[in-house]
Amino acid sequence: MVYGMPSTPNPPRIDLMGHLSIKNLEVSFHTREGTIRAVEGIELAIEPGEIVGLVGESGSGKSVTCNSILQLLPTPPARVDNGKVEWSGKDLLDYSESSIRKIRGKEISMIFQDPMSCLNPYLPVVDQVAEPLIIHKIYNPAEAKAKAVEMLMKVGVKRVKEFPLSYPHEFSGGMRQRAMIAMALITEPALLLADEPTTALDVTVQAKILTILRELCSDLGVSVLFVSHDLGLVAELADRVVVMYRGKVVEQNDTASIFKNPQHPYVKALIACRPTLENTLWRLPTVEDFMSHSAEQKPHTQKKGAHSRFLHPRKNLLVGKDLVVQFTSENGPVRAVDNVSISIGQGTTLGLVGESGSGKTTLGRALLNLVTRTSGEILFQDRLMDLGTRKSEMYFRKSMQIIFQDPYASLNPRLTIEQTLLEPMMVHQIGNSKKERLKKVIDLLEEVGLGEEHLARYPHEFSGGQRQRICVARALSTEPEFIVCDECVSAMDVSVQAQVLNLLKSLQDSRGLTYLFISHDLGVVKFMSDEITVMQNGKIVETGSAECIYNDPQTEYTKQLINSIPLANRSVNFSF
Amino acid sequence: MTQQSSSLGRDAWLRLRANRMAMLSIYLLLGIFLISLVGPWLSSYSYEQQDLDHIFQSPGKNHLFGTDNLGRDVFARTTYGGRISLAVGLLATLVSLVIGVTYGMLSGYLGGRMDAWMMRAVDVLYSLPFIIFVILLMVLFGRNFLLLFLAIGAVEWLTMARITRAQTLNLKKAEFVEAARALGYSHSRILFRHLLPNLIGPIIIYATLTVPAVMLLEAVLSFLGLGVQAPMSSWGSLIKEGAEKMDAAPWLLFFPGSFFCLTLFALNFLGDGLRDALDPKSSKD
Repeated sequence: MVYGMPSTPNPPRIDLMGHLSIKNLEVSFHTREGTIRAVEGIELAIEPGEIVGLVGESGSGKSVTCNSILQLLPTPPARVDNGKVEWSGKDLLDYSESSIRKIRGKEISMIFQDPMSCLNPYLPVVDQVAEPLIIHKIYNPAEAKAKAVEMLMKVGVKRVKEFPLSYPHEFSGGMRQRAMIAMALITEPALLLADEPTTALDVTVQAKILTILRELCSDLGVSVLFVSHDLGLVAELADRVVVMYRGKVVEQNDTASIFKNPQHPYVKALIACRPTLENTLWRLPTVEDFMSHSAEQKPHTQKKGAHSRFLHPRKNLLVGKDLVVQFTSENGPVRAVDNVSISIGQGTTLGLVGESGSGKTTLGRALLNLVTRTSGEILFQDRLMDLGTRKSEMYFRKSMQIIFQDPYASLNPRLTIEQTLLEPMMVHQIGNSKKERLKKVIDLLEEVGLGEEHLARYPHEFSGGQRQRICVARALSTEPEFIVCDECVSAMDVSVQAQVLNLLKSLQDSRGLTYLFISHDLGVVKFMSDEITVMQNGKIVETGSAECIYNDPQTEYTKQLINSIPLANRSVNFSF
Repeated sequence: MTQQSSSLGRDAWLRLRANRMAMLSIYLLLGIFLISLVGPWLSSYSYEQQDLDHIFQSPGKNHLFGTDNLGRDVFARTTYGGRISLAVGLLATLVSLVIGVTYGMLSGYLGGRMDAWMMRAVDVLYSLPFIIFVILLMVLFGRNFLLLFLAIGAVEWLTMARITRAQTLNLKKAEFVEAARALGYSHSRILFRHLLPNLIGPIIIYATLTVPAVMLLEAVLSFLGLGVQAPMSSWGSLIKEGAEKMDAAPWLLFFPGSFFCLTLFALNFLGDGLRDALDPKSSKD
């Protein structure tokens, strides 16, 4: 492809191109703390035009595998110990930095997870999309720009036609990811590496992105390596699924067979431990259940009768009336929560669903008075919520707690677990002596599945799931009645998610807790909730029992939310 | 409470002890302190005693560091100057640290209109020419050694306040701060127990940069006749004199200069060590 030959925009590809085969790849990370073997002998092949899903939880080595293809791993600490990555018959691992650059973005492109940080905020989007064409000398700048606009139109970024000088910050997350796709596909590569491209997006946006990806790739004949932690999502797109676990491929098969007849216990667990909309389980099976081969005897798989827990309507614990939260922005006031009234019965869970920007998080925080409400009133235990005096503030703070989405950010990195958990008890004068409090802290840790030996450690020494358990323990340390769970499992792998959800459920049972469960994931919300409220643009769209909302959604928006959930997660009714 | 805070302190001390450069710096600093403290007494000459028969003597038996253009003993002058420089450097830094961190943290934490006003006040103070500010103080309160600390500290805290404020603004959005609010912690508890320890890294780094800046400022003031007056000495003023006579008597520059450099090196390594030691994320032995 020579610079300045626009007459042949689609030059025919040389034969035998586009076959990727990873052979016995081994990658390890060498740090001061020791050597970590991230990938241990992977075999993976992608035929031209094929879409392969690479699934695994965080730390399974899926991203490392994906990044090693284009030599994008940071070396050091990473090192490829063994293996080959054969692309069109040549080993990409042998390429020098300058020669691999000719492959990157031209023959093999990549899309990353976070569309917010992948585009340069100082350059117009069109220029960035056109850049690969210019760098690889396929077109001259003017033609490349025209081609970029054309490509952006194709992926649905209509804005560039009207405003060719649009910058990334003027785009929503979904639009940015579309632009990333356009940038990746504009050189008509033979292979696209997509590393969790929709994880940071809402379900409805995710559904649209997947559609675009599928259509464009089949149009252009691009083969795709789709990396994700979500098996259900991969099933939507991929012809073939490869499942990784602890650096190894545990199973690979075509998509239908893997769902119909999974062989490896880990794959069985992955399929089973995700809450689906159709099963109503009391407790989710976890990976441990499957790996120990004792799943059959567990009683938790019994189906729960819809709302058998509540024969009589419960007394309301929390009532919010006509709540309004208004923020001032450059374009005038914005109502994040717009005249919302909700009530939550004692000992029940209210699920709150909506896309990002729907105001669900703001509503949760307004109920706890972490965000100042513009108007409206909140009744908690029939007491009007007013934090005017320190005494009343302490009363409400003690009885209402919150668990956040990101367990990494929600623990003070400079405090040990002991300090983190003792502090709330000290502030609220729970327990009479330090000894008594310490005893309570240890009990709490055991209740959430950790132990005394964790007391002296700092948050960074724990995994995400363990940290979230610590956050749960901290929320429980004031012995609250009501807990807001704000997307508290959204950042987790399905297997960890199942454990945390089970923990929350059993705590509710033993302590009679009331939850407001906020999530964008309908399956998770349905598993947790007795009632569900759907929010859109700061308003409540629909409220009803969990079963009703799913079986008989009343509004278009709710229907759309349900339909956006990847099919496999909706319909797989895996029995074991 | 005391026992809790001591555990972070103990951990930090253990980590610091494992850091060889930091420990070496501590010993070096202690040594410099000690020499500055007792040096003037050890020397058989006083810092101001002139001996016009023995001017520009190179370092030797009688005068360990040699003599200057008026025959004064450089060893006595350097160690005596060390007292003043170290006192000015450390005290003024401490003053700027306390004022700057408190002010910046409050401004960032309160946010909104309060923050805007507090920062505009900083801007106004920034725009005051430093020299004029000091002269004004001197005129008002007379020439006073303590005033020097105050004046330098009062200028240096502005940058510290800005740095602390920016960090606080970032940090207060963290979910653990919100969790602290949800748990009903008081503002002072959130500020001093949850925000401050997480700000320590940039604060220490900036403090180690402030000490040399302050020592040099002192030299400038002395040159203008506002600070330390001859025959009294400080490292800054000695280096200044030494630099003028570098060709004839290099030892006039070499000795105070070495002390000054060693102190700064040691402070920097100690600062780095402290920052790492106070961060639980750095590897634990």
